[in-house]
Amino acid sequence: MSDSIVKVSNIVKHYHRGREVVEVLHGLNLDIGRGEFCALMGPSGSGKTTLLNMIGGLDVPDTGAVDVNGVRIDQLNARQLARWRADHVGFIFQFYNLMPVLSAVRNVELPLLLKKMSASERRQRAMTALEIVGLADRAKHLPRELSGGQEQRVAIARAIVSDPDLLLADEPTGDLDRDTANEILELLVTLNQRQGKTILMVTHDPVAAEHASRIVHLDKGRIPEVA
Amino acid sequence: MQQILAITWQNLKSIPARAGTSLVAVVGVAGVVVVLVAVLSMARGFEATMASGTSADNVVVLRSGSSSELDSGFSGDQSRLITQSPYLDLASAEVYVIVDLPKLSTGTDANVPMRGVGADASEIRTQFRIIEGRMFEPGRREIIAGAGATGQFAGLQLGHTLQFGTEQWELVGIFESGGAADSELWADASVLQGAYRRGNSHSVIYARLGNIDDFQAFSDELTTNPQLSVRVERESDYFAEQSKALTTFISVVGYGIAVLMALGALFGALNTMYTAVSERAREIATLRAIGFQPLAIVVSVMTEAMLLASTGGVIGAGLAWLLFNGFTVSTLSFTSFTQVVFAFVVTPDLMLQGIVIAMLIGLIGGLAPALRAARAPMVAGLRA
Repeated sequence: MSDSIVKVSNIVKHYHRGREVVEVLHGLNLDIGRGEFCALMGPSGSGKTTLLNMIGGLDVPDTGAVDVNGVRIDQLNARQLARWRADHVGFIFQFYNLMPVLSAVRNVELPLLLKKMSASERRQRAMTALEIVGLADRAKHLPRELSGGQEQRVAIARAIVSDPDLLLADEPTGDLDRDTANEILELLVTLNQRQGKTILMVTHDPVAAEHASRIVHLDKGRIPEVA
Repeated sequence: MQQILAITWQNLKSIPARAGTSLVAVVGVAGVVVVLVAVLSMARGFEATMASGTSADNVVVLRSGSSSELDSGFSGDQSRLITQSPYLDLASAEVYVIVDLPKLSTGTDANVPMRGVGADASEIRTQFRIIEGRMFEPGRREIIAGAGATGQFAGLQLGHTLQFGTEQWELVGIFESGGAADSELWADASVLQGAYRRGNSHSVIYARLGNIDDFQAFSDELTTNPQLSVRVERESDYFAEQSKALTTFISVVGYGIAVLMALGALFGALNTMYTAVSERAREIATLRAIGFQPLAIVVSVMTEAMLLASTGGVIGAGLAWLLFNGFTVSTLSFTSFTQVVFAFVVTPDLMLQGIVIAMLIGLIGGLAPALRAARAPMVAGLRA
């Protein structure tokens, strides 16, 4: 693939479970093209989330390289990684991970606190992100005053507000009913197609995966076949 | 800075959701500060009582080798030699004995100092004044009682007759002196000498120098006189020394208790902050995933711990002031073996000291949980 945004080369990751050492990823390679919507599928324990965390700079491989947009993020220290994540990645989690004491718009503003910008510009950009996900009218609501689907929309607004290169979604519809899940997936498709966001989505739901432009299957820490 | 403020604000806003555990820390720290400030205010009050009412140009003369008025003594001739010194404006040769009176609070007998004084005694004590009744008449079995003593010991009402040994004394007046004498009973020195078969001997000489700079000359005059074996001290130095043993003891005990309690409060604060960090594990991990730096997390947790502890500190210091400032008690002086009546003095510096200790508890109690929050594996935290 000529225009890769993510290039994972031969990564290996072990975990310690008590005295036992478990190898989760076994020399795995993966390229994701710029502007792709890629679904990462596989059974529980296959290493999907571990791989997603490596690409998002939340975890580092034991060996191998993770190159995102030309940066070897496996070689960055914790402080550099934090700054890199703030600038280049938006995360969407299964359980939304919103701050319960902050209103929707303040939750969306959080990543912008890491940027140099005025409070009014921050608020304006957060409102724009909420408009994109269709929740501008719920800006002042606390997470507990929103439905699950609405909470996930706020989380998506938070993920896109700083205009990252890459959106990483870990089971984004895992906690939602089918209809709401479809709405969220359609929103991701829109972000991919209209805003050109590269999306890597971990899911074990085949219906969800069908919304992606590419599906990668992971099994026991390896990619046996690319569909 | 923006990161730190944002996370800290968020932490503080979430405190009501963790009111129970937060309250444990606040109450624990407040308890430490109440005890510490109360005990130190006791020492401070004792010290202040002993020091007040003294005057820079007053001197105290005791027998050499004596530790207090109780074991000091002069013959009549020696007393005359001292009181007639040309360096003195006023002098009072005094007799110091101990009488038993029941404490109002417990009903148990306590050692109360009774002082036979000379004519100049009330003038030497610059703050002396009769607040009720009158001065005793020389030559009569009459006594006056310090205002502090009347509040602590039974039977010290104006007009009452008190029996000490075989002698009866009528209480004719109540006085204030602003110092340790407030705990005493006063009578005419010559009458007390007779009642206690002291002949013409005295225990101690209180005097006023004609010139404040003559202290050394006066001291040299007495200490080089072969007929005398004395030690001469400025009144303020004498009372400071008298209070030192007890205030040191109270302070040591006070700090000891406070340290033990502080350890308890420290565990309370640790528990509170570990709980806070644990309950917010997912939020903290999410903030770190978004790109917030570990330092911002550490500072925010520490700020919360410090704020809770400071709140406890302020509450504790305030309670100590409300409950103890001016609270009057009597205790046995380690040097004179008599009761000294004094009031707790909760000063701003003691309250500040309490609050600083509270903040130290917060600082230490918050550090480990803060570091744990910043170092905990993000991946596990995101799914907590």
